[in-house]
Amino acid sequence: MALDDIYKEVILDHYKNPRNKREMPEASLTCSRNNPLCGDEITVFVRAEDDKVHEVSFVGQGCSISQSSASMMTEAVAGKPVDEVQQLIADFRSMMAGDLDPSDDEFGDLVALKGVVKYPIRIKCAVLSWDVLQEALAGEGEAAGSSPH
Amino acid sequence: MSLTEERSAGALDVARIRADFPVLDRTVGDKPLVYLDSAATSQKPRQVIDAEADFYANHNANAHRGLYMLAEEATEMYEGARAKLARFIGAPDPATIVFTRGTTESTNLVAYAWARRELREGDEILLTDMEHHSNIVPWQLAARDTGAVLRYIPLTDDGLLDLSDLGALLTRKTKLVGVTGMSNSLGTLPPLKQLIDAAHVVGALVLVDGAQLVPHVPVDVTALDCDFLTISGHKMLGPTASGGLYGKLDVLERMDAFLSGGHMIDEVFHDRSTWNVVPYKFEAGTMNIAQEVALDAAVDYLDALGMESVRAHEEHITGYAIERLLDAGATVYGPRDVGVRGGAVSFWYKDVHPHDLATILNEEGIAIRAGHHCNQLVMRRYGVPATARASFYVYNTDEEVDVLVEALAKAEDVFGL
Repeated sequence: MALDDIYKEVILDHYKNPRNKREMPEASLTCSRNNPLCGDEITVFVRAEDDKVHEVSFVGQGCSISQSSASMMTEAVAGKPVDEVQQLIADFRSMMAGDLDPSDDEFGDLVALKGVVKYPIRIKCAVLSWDVLQEALAGEGEAAGSSPH
Repeated sequence: MSLTEERSAGALDVARIRADFPVLDRTVGDKPLVYLDSAATSQKPRQVIDAEADFYANHNANAHRGLYMLAEEATEMYEGARAKLARFIGAPDPATIVFTRGTTESTNLVAYAWARRELREGDEILLTDMEHHSNIVPWQLAARDTGAVLRYIPLTDDGLLDLSDLGALLTRKTKLVGVTGMSNSLGTLPPLKQLIDAAHVVGALVLVDGAQLVPHVPVDVTALDCDFLTISGHKMLGPTASGGLYGKLDVLERMDAFLSGGHMIDEVFHDRSTWNVVPYKFEAGTMNIAQEVALDAAVDYLDALGMESVRAHEEHITGYAIERLLDAGATVYGPRDVGVRGGAVSFWYKDVHPHDLATILNEEGIAIRAGHHCNQLVMRRYGVPATARASFYVYNTDEEVDVLVEALAKAEDVFGL
């Protein structure tokens, strides 16, 4: 069944049991965004110091793809230097554009989202939280502690 | 003998209608297409597709420009479409129809050419919480430029306009009421006549957003007495970028120009120009001639079916869909009574996000809309980020509703509900 390409077990697991889905009052950076196509919204919280991303969390509403992608993202970037996180964001975007075909070793659970490439309209759902993370890191987000719109 | 005379309202020959729509023959993967997104855009019958092709193949020239035979034919066909559309909505005079790209452009036309000239600081524009963004944002910009204030009629829990406070909302300060003829997310048919009469008592004009109304319900602007009605051609079997604005002639005549350039002028001097007569005053540059000509064929098609029959068919299928969706455990937004609503049915199936549902239904060949439907005020009112929406038209069948409801079980399988 073609749906297996998109609704993989690992995606459904992250959707039903999202990791790090909580507000983070001690965050140093936060950013909120919505997907104007679907009304989904997401806020990403980042605790970063000394060029290192220590912890990332998120809150929001959305489809299984946007929520699982956000959940996987929080796990994939925690503890990494900011420049590595930036590289991962770029690589994730390349994967979703169909330009990069990473292995499980390099990408872990995130590889599961590769199937979304076959559903072009859903790519935005997968990329939304990564866009928000990048904006937060760039300091374009709202000041920490401000409430999402 | 026309089809209307042939059969009573409620008896569309859907099999015969379906045979006119080439796209309904196609498959999605190996599944027949089940098209349930006509509120976004309708499919087109062969008669409309052929009319557009025939215009380009046999009559193409710019309208209102050339002095040769082709140009005369093109002009005649373009103006014929205007007269046809006028008659279709009960307008007294073809000159009351301005061709536009559709409802969004029509509303913007009024917001620029009427509102910016007429509104003063403290004047009020009364909208409703069920308006499409295209009947909100143009007024926000007009209000920003004029100092006018926007007010909104709220909604009841069951998706109707809450008119209990209308006396406080609609006052002498109100200069314009903008109201949808049919909500594109809730399906609600607001009591237009009541609102229009009440607005006229306080001296306000009324713009009816006809995007969902005109394709699905018999409309008579003379009986309604609305001041403006926006019309979307592509939602009523016509091509994209066809459509228009109905306006009362005296109101249109008092309005400023909108888009400016060729054809909308009478005389041009170095420092100023004078305007052409209505409706040409509002038709700058080369228009969507082939599309409006094909819209003429769409109006013929609907006329032959009879709008009473179209409405009866949709009342039936909407009632059937709501009943089956509720039985299946879906939450349906908007009124349940098919007498006060049309065939745009928003729902949420158990815990499946509408986007996921749309992807899963697509595997079954079913096309529904998922999202906020340019109705963020409605979504906020009912506390959802998005809904799934099935919407129906003359070619949809009860069997397609069955396919939809049966496919919901697939979503349950995928998500292990």
